[in-house]
Amino acid sequence: MLDFDILLPAILNGLSTGAVYALVALGLTLIYGVLHIVNFAHGSLLMLALYGVYFLYTLLGVDPFAALPVVVPAMFALGYALQRTVIATASHGREENILLVTLGLSIIIDNLALYLWSADTRTINPSYGFSTVDFGVAFIAVPKVVSFAGALVATGLLWLLIRRSDLGKAIRALARERRGAELVGVDVDHVYAMSFGIGIACVGAAACLLLPSYYVHPGVGESFVVIAFTVVVLGGMGSFAGALLGGFIIGVTESLGGLLLGENLGRIGVFAIFIAILLLRPTGLFGQRA
Amino acid sequence: MKTPAIAAAAPLLALAALPLLLHSDFWLHFAIMTLYLALLGQAWNLLGGYGGQRSFGHAAFFGTGAYAAALLQLDFAINPWACMVLAGGFGAGAGAFLGALSFRYGLRGSYFALVTLAFAEVFRIVADSVPFTGAGVGLQIALKESVADFQFPEKSGFYAVILALTAIATALAWWIENSRFGAALVAVRENEDAARALGIDVDRTKLWAITLSGALSGCAGSFYVQYFLYLDPRIAYGVEVSVTALLVPLIGGVGTVLGPLVGALALRALNEASSALTGGAPGLNLVLYGALLIVILALLPDGLISLGTRLRRAGRLRALGRA
Repeated sequence: MLDFDILLPAILNGLSTGAVYALVALGLTLIYGVLHIVNFAHGSLLMLALYGVYFLYTLLGVDPFAALPVVVPAMFALGYALQRTVIATASHGREENILLVTLGLSIIIDNLALYLWSADTRTINPSYGFSTVDFGVAFIAVPKVVSFAGALVATGLLWLLIRRSDLGKAIRALARERRGAELVGVDVDHVYAMSFGIGIACVGAAACLLLPSYYVHPGVGESFVVIAFTVVVLGGMGSFAGALLGGFIIGVTESLGGLLLGENLGRIGVFAIFIAILLLRPTGLFGQRA
Repeated sequence: MKTPAIAAAAPLLALAALPLLLHSDFWLHFAIMTLYLALLGQAWNLLGGYGGQRSFGHAAFFGTGAYAAALLQLDFAINPWACMVLAGGFGAGAGAFLGALSFRYGLRGSYFALVTLAFAEVFRIVADSVPFTGAGVGLQIALKESVADFQFPEKSGFYAVILALTAIATALAWWIENSRFGAALVAVRENEDAARALGIDVDRTKLWAITLSGALSGCAGSFYVQYFLYLDPRIAYGVEVSVTALLVPLIGGVGTVLGPLVGALALRALNEASSALTGGAPGLNLVLYGALLIVILALLPDGLISLGTRLRRAGRLRALGRA
């Protein structure tokens, strides 16, 4: 039967994955909270960032973790430009049309990847890929440990940015009351694009942390969208602590579900939590009443 | 009642005569797929367009209808025609279940959208895992080319069926625009609290709308099964169905009777054109498709159906300028 020797590593691995989920979800909740849009292209942009990390490693030999200073600004710039050019122009600022524009973007990105890089699943094997850290109770792969720590640091930095900087203040003001923010001199278009850019930068960071222990193919983003939404809803829209806790819960649920029910059916636990939270406590664990 | 009946009869008859003109299977297939998309889009439109309850998970109803149609004829030897009716019933049941649950808990807006998406995904995972749906392998309907078995030797038979189904769906949308129920539904869309204050039973109205929408989606699912004779969890419950269902009316014109038809025609044409232009390179056609989608949104944010009013307004302005 199952004992702690099997359960504990599963839980620790789940926590590590969960931290990365939290990072992806924070990007999503930032975009949702400020721009009030369901960013359908979130997963596709994650996939794009994963390919970026992959090619940096295979072509230039840049380690995924060392690629962070390259990939994060690049994804930020991409997000900023996308919002400023395509999304804002094509949607005319209407919420339902923004959704469709991001949907169109995700179709473009996914299929461009399919065309350019084929449907093959790709992985990388860094030298430390199979090294493990002994936690006394369990051995955990080095990439998992690093990505856990990296995700926590990134989340902390994001928290500082939103809570302590002027930009963060403007973002929060815009999220709460657009007209009011406009009246006190917030450059709405710029801050919208900054929020989108930061949200996508989170995805870039997640990609760097994820790839050493994960894989990439053109459709890899799809599953992340639903998981990221689950984490957001579970933690409560706009809550940092909520996203982190939500990420951990989902990561562990997925890991244990896979262990107990098999890879396929195991994911059902994630959705069961999602639906239960939506129905019973739609504000999430840490969310405030709208 | 008389004038719209006549107004509807003429284009319907013209459409019914279409197979006589289209001798190529390619164009007949094009027409069938367009009407099929219109049916799915109209199903979404009844709930999302008129009722304002925008679902991201219409695959939950479509797939349930499709699996009901396939399994009832495979495992219970029920006639496929009867299966289509039952599939509508199963779709309606799925709609009523999801509606009862989410409206009871007062889910609105994005939360409603997310819960429908989640249910579609749960259904997909279940269909992928349990043995009686054939799991990942899928279900194959045996080829029995006879009208009694809802398998036509000629494509024109399928065309007649999908034309009838889409006509019914379009008539339903027309009825909604002109009935007391429809007025209540639109009132709910515009402002739930105000509608409640007027004495409208908000939850009941939404529940009927989602049930109706589910029934039509279920029928679309059973048609898909009969036309392609194959079904797997991704086809039935995949995100693609849900996205198509909402894309069709949003491109054509949300909350209008003819919007889904226009949207279906546009999307299907877009699909074929991008495939032809890119020479069938994998992925590239969809890149073009996505790009054109964004262009349409940028130019016509109210959907293609607004093109008519825009042109008329422009014409009137020009006439004014000349006077």
